[in-house]
Amino acid sequence: MGIEKPEDRSQKSVTPPNPPLGKGGHGGGNLSVNIASLKLKNPVMTASGTFGYGEEYSEFFDLNRLGAVVVKGLSITPRQGNPTPRIVETPAGMLNAIGLQNIGVRAFIKEKLPFLRQFRTPVIVNFFGDRIDEYIQAAEELSNADGVHAIEMNISCPNKQAGWIVFGTDPKIMEQVVTAVRKTTNLPLIVKLSPNVTDIGLMAKVAENSGADAVSLINTITGMVVDVKRRRPVLANNTGGLSGPAVRPIAVRMVWEVYKAVKIPIIGMGGIMNASDALEFLIAGARAVAVGTANFVNPTATIEIIEGMERFLKEEGLSDINEIIGSLKIGS
Amino acid sequence: MPKNFKANITENILLNEHFRLLNLSPLSDIIVPEPGQFYMLRTGDTYDPLLKRPFSIFRHEDNTLKFLYRIRGKGTLSLSNLKSGDIIDVIGPLGNSYSAPEGDFIAIAGGIGIASLLPLLRRFKKRAYLFYGARNKDELIMLNEARSLSKEIFITTDDGSEGEKGLITDSLSDFLNPSRITHYALPIYACGPTPMLKELSKVVAEYPSSLLPLNKGRMGGVKCYVSLEEHMACGVGACLGCVVKTVSGYKRVCKEGPVFDIEEIVWE
Repeated sequence: MGIEKPEDRSQKSVTPPNPPLGKGGHGGGNLSVNIASLKLKNPVMTASGTFGYGEEYSEFFDLNRLGAVVVKGLSITPRQGNPTPRIVETPAGMLNAIGLQNIGVRAFIKEKLPFLRQFRTPVIVNFFGDRIDEYIQAAEELSNADGVHAIEMNISCPNKQAGWIVFGTDPKIMEQVVTAVRKTTNLPLIVKLSPNVTDIGLMAKVAENSGADAVSLINTITGMVVDVKRRRPVLANNTGGLSGPAVRPIAVRMVWEVYKAVKIPIIGMGGIMNASDALEFLIAGARAVAVGTANFVNPTATIEIIEGMERFLKEEGLSDINEIIGSLKIGS
Repeated sequence: MPKNFKANITENILLNEHFRLLNLSPLSDIIVPEPGQFYMLRTGDTYDPLLKRPFSIFRHEDNTLKFLYRIRGKGTLSLSNLKSGDIIDVIGPLGNSYSAPEGDFIAIAGGIGIASLLPLLRRFKKRAYLFYGARNKDELIMLNEARSLSKEIFITTDDGSEGEKGLITDSLSDFLNPSRITHYALPIYACGPTPMLKELSKVVAEYPSSLLPLNKGRMGGVKCYVSLEEHMACGVGACLGCVVKTVSGYKRVCKEGPVFDIEEIVWE
């Protein structure tokens, strides 16, 4: 790739407000995991875009219980999002084309971050841009904000400077944008991979070589639903991103492929509804998981998944969740 | 008190060919709903349908939550198959509510929109001029109760099988006519299909709220609140799937709504 790897990433000092207790916690085995320099009390986070900026779900449970909060994707300037309809349910899933509606990085830092700073849970901020300089600017401002513990790049959006090719589907464009962001931040940098590619292992490798500290996958899979009477797409945006249990086997397979391709930690997601689903991802190689669509179905899904993992460790006689990460057995 | 809870289905019955009534007995303490609020109900325990569905509260009494619905798609079909004794996941009450009218008011219901307005009519008995429109006589559900709670009722059906034949918004338009000067400045509360609400927006545009009741020969001062319906994924403000276009950008029907000032909505 001809890209210099940033020096010694382990030196970056990012400490979540309250380090995990190590073994114990809720009286069972250890659930804590590390994503680069980020220490999580358990491997369960929220998936960007399904959890707002944390306020909505704080009515339902204590956000301190989460491994991390990943907030709705932000751009340097606010976005009003797509026209409606924006969502449609599909068999065991949903298609969405929200259009990255968000209040912008600055309003987030001013209006939403103080709320999230109250919790002893690391905040991971998802961000995106239309152009490389927008990514750089967003990353810079987020890196200077008090209370942002890691940043997650959404590269599943089109590049205005390159004929609207999606950043994350072209290895060269992806290398450019990840390298540029890497140079601007000392925070743990997570690259969220698009599943709309032929070889996701290759894309993960590009992210790793460009300086990513971790990869998260999968983003939604592009889909379309047609209204047969009107002979039109149901969504105003024509296409949307498919999520929910329908995509889970694809996501698990992709995590497994990426696990074989890179050494950096993987955050796995795609249709996780319960602890067993989450464990599939960990066994396939994910160090942590993100819960998305399940939040919509059940606002306390994340908490039930954490509790289910604790039970699993107990039932299996394991003392540490890290023992099962990448423990997939292949062949005889 | 958490807004998510489990509830026991105590009744899920057919009222007539079109409508069903669902009664839920919550298994824990709940927040008392206000007229106009809604609940997200899980309609089964499989992943298809996956998402909960929003339903306006139709009645809350004796710690029972009652919902009026009609089978319109996969979600309501799945809901109709649930039996007495089944336990379902519920979130609510959600969204804002109808603001309390000071005196008499006008209520406009299109079809099952009556379900959302009846709690308001029950709370402010005999104070509503109710305009109730439906496709036909059979679809005028809860007509007797609606009549008994109203000060005066105006009915239209598309086929003339009950009340006047025509649009309910035309009846309202006649009623608001400046010659009936006592009624023009009453607040209006409406719930019904989007084409009806859109038509209503044209009717009330004649009486803008910015004008005093009588200003330079024009009538005005009418405040109109509409309860909107949208497909929702989360119902709690997180997914941004249920937004509606307003004069100040997209707003969430589940959070800033479902009740909006009609002058705020950009009808498309």
